[in-house]
Amino acid sequence: MDFVLIQFLTGLSNASALFLIASGLTVIFGVTRIVNFAHGSFYMLGAYLAWTFVRAFWDWGGREPWLFALGVIAAAVAVGLIGVAMEIALLRRIYRAPELFQLLATFGVVLVIQDATLAIWGPEDLPLPRPRWLRGFVDIAGSRFPQYDLVLVFIGPLVLALLWLLFHRTRFGMLVRAATQDREMVAALGVDQRKLFSGVFFLGSALAGLGGALVLPSQSANLQMDLSVIAEAFVVVVVGGMGSVPGAFLSSLLIAEVQAFGIVLLPKITLVLVFLVMAAVLMVRPYGLLGRPQAHARPSAGMVEPVLRPAPDLLGWAGLAALLVAASAPLWAGAYALTVLVELAVFVLFAASLHLMMGPGGVVSFGHAAYFGLGAYGAALGLRYLALPMEAGLVLAPLFAGLFGLVFGVFVVRLSGVYLAMLTLAFAQIVWAATFQWVELTGGDNGILGVWPSAWAADKAVYLWLSLALCVGGTLLLRRFIFSPFGYALRAARDSELRAEAIGLDIARLRLAAFAIAAAAAGLAGGVYAYAKGSVFPTYISIPKSVDALLMVLLGGVQTATGPIVGAIAYHGLFVGILQATAYWRAALGLAIVLLVLAFPQGIAGFARARWERARGLEAA
Amino acid sequence: MSAPVLEAVSLEKRFGGVHAVAGVSFSVAAGEMLALIGPNGAGKSTCFNLLNGQLRADGGEVRLEGRALAGMRPRAIWRLGVGRTFQITATFASMTVRENVQMALISHHGRTWSFLARAADQFRAEAEALLAQVGMQEQADRPCGVLAYGDLKRLELAVALANDPKLLLMDEPTAGMAPAERTALMDLTRRIVRARRLACLFTEHDMDVVFGQADRIIVMNRGRVIAEGSAEVIRADAAVREVYLGSGEVSGGH
Repeated sequence: MDFVLIQFLTGLSNASALFLIASGLTVIFGVTRIVNFAHGSFYMLGAYLAWTFVRAFWDWGGREPWLFALGVIAAAVAVGLIGVAMEIALLRRIYRAPELFQLLATFGVVLVIQDATLAIWGPEDLPLPRPRWLRGFVDIAGSRFPQYDLVLVFIGPLVLALLWLLFHRTRFGMLVRAATQDREMVAALGVDQRKLFSGVFFLGSALAGLGGALVLPSQSANLQMDLSVIAEAFVVVVVGGMGSVPGAFLSSLLIAEVQAFGIVLLPKITLVLVFLVMAAVLMVRPYGLLGRPQAHARPSAGMVEPVLRPAPDLLGWAGLAALLVAASAPLWAGAYALTVLVELAVFVLFAASLHLMMGPGGVVSFGHAAYFGLGAYGAALGLRYLALPMEAGLVLAPLFAGLFGLVFGVFVVRLSGVYLAMLTLAFAQIVWAATFQWVELTGGDNGILGVWPSAWAADKAVYLWLSLALCVGGTLLLRRFIFSPFGYALRAARDSELRAEAIGLDIARLRLAAFAIAAAAAGLAGGVYAYAKGSVFPTYISIPKSVDALLMVLLGGVQTATGPIVGAIAYHGLFVGILQATAYWRAALGLAIVLLVLAFPQGIAGFARARWERARGLEAA
Repeated sequence: MSAPVLEAVSLEKRFGGVHAVAGVSFSVAAGEMLALIGPNGAGKSTCFNLLNGQLRADGGEVRLEGRALAGMRPRAIWRLGVGRTFQITATFASMTVRENVQMALISHHGRTWSFLARAADQFRAEAEALLAQVGMQEQADRPCGVLAYGDLKRLELAVALANDPKLLLMDEPTAGMAPAERTALMDLTRRIVRARRLACLFTEHDMDVVFGQADRIIVMNRGRVIAEGSAEVIRADAAVREVYLGSGEVSGGH
């Protein structure tokens, strides 16, 4: 029984830190509707700043507990101010851009903060030197339990109580609650949105900073904190119900306890456990434990979807020219260029497959890498267990991924908006965890090696041609779908569900079909990639890979059919270019993303189309 | 009179303690314009949503040409020949005017699950013909998102006609339009209803439209039908006067 009590207390203390981060994220989302990827970075900054502040204070006044508390609070306030700076300098300019663009911008900030942290504090993990009072233990049921963790157990409920007072006893808190329910109404009542949003960003970021600062004594500050915590924080927020602080509290308890006991009882599936919980909760309660359907967002002026027109002939010729240049590369370029071109072809198809869902489908997937990875693993597993040659592997890859897309899609298309996106993320993490932890089947972290093309395609030039044929062919087929009756029906369901249903369209089935097709196309891309690299790894399915796909589509422009192609080439080009040019490639890439978001809120292709239509006197919506 | 196209028999709908629709029965015949009126909250829109499957009735029956519609989804009811326009227009903003109609035609002809054909080439002539009927052919290539409100309403009418319906349901078809536009739209609707021998049921607040266009009028109040008949009968009805007393709506527009 002692074990149960100790694990339970451990869970409670972890829940406190998780709640701090998640409550900040949920408050920011509730009011501004921004899915803030940089929230994990604020948590990380909280830890690093606390490390600096606390040590400075200790150098000055001795290792007193109250100086530790002061350092933690100073770190939280500083992070809050950084959050406000991001809101004012960046997000304020793009509140009217599509929601996903804001997400993209905050991901740019993640990259910048990562490199800034690396530059300021260096690559080493930074543990806080612990004076005796931080190392103390208490005796609980015959076991030793860290005194500091016991303090943490109470901090979560304390912060919840303070937030409750703030939200129910102050004017600011009342406005936050009102805006969470219906922000257009609050704006219509004459409340200054700028102040409200800045205030909310200060509060939310400071909570993240506080969370990071408080885990410092037990975890030490490190550069992996941001992305590892953001996925967990998303899970907590979604399970609790987006915008609900009590929901975040409940779900942080649930998630932390599941983790605390899972680590002991089910060590084989620890990575997948929280995402299984999230998927289960969302299937039963599509808006989370305490969430409510969002008030119907009114489309703001000037945000009408532009009409999707077939590309002008000029664009077709340009595409053909680019294809010929790529296909003739073996005549004039070196081996490295051929490798990059194969990658480009793969990413074009990968981005185009995501675009089918995001653009015409109106369904945003945060876990599209799952299907890319499933394609790659499908080919590799076929080789390993069935000794399938490349030709069969490349057929198996899209089938394998498409089948999973069909099964996951059944659950996904029942949800909408951010919840849907989070369920796709959950499924992706489940697949990733399976490849990572199910070592007997997949080789785990070591991946599966020796996935080489058949002899006739082993030559780099031949494989490039094969990749171009499959990937460009697949992309053109997807384009064809977009302009087919099926693609129009998909778009109809996105534009107006009410009207689509009223003219006899089966919306759920249309979206499911799009999901499965997109998964299959991503799977083909993954298969081609696997034979190009000769190996498959769990990283093919990781969150950054899914974000890559999102970035490509958004950079190119989600509202055009050509966007994903342009976006994939621009993004991968940027990536390859920057990677070679600078050690701080993350910061450079992040800045490039932020600048592109500010300069081209419709994406590159969207911007070009607006210019083209204006020059032609075409009426744009 | 021939057999009715639409029959509603003792419809019931409760929202918690509110008895929104209480034992409402009526029928609409082919070629007939039936207006459903009543003050705000009378249960008109609820009634409408029961008819096309958006809401499920707690009791009673809806029959289209004798066939019971109980438990069917809106899209299934549409397939049986019910066209619908909405109080707030619902169209596909990322498509042109013609494409909106083509989309409805594609669905009507069962071509939705075609992956390789070009949607823009499907049923183009038919779409043009429908647009011509509502006077929108000049605007066929315009994006739907830039249309004036009155034009959107006419487009919705063309979309609603695309499945060659037997019954047309129009929820406040003239809401938000200028007075001159209202009469024009309803004149157009009436011509189409007569020519195609459709049954048309509409709700409306503008009494000029109601008394000028409807063949028959049903008045609802607090979930019940309180009067039914021709314009003259309704004008003379004491219960109706009572409901509208002081609002001045019976004698003119608002």
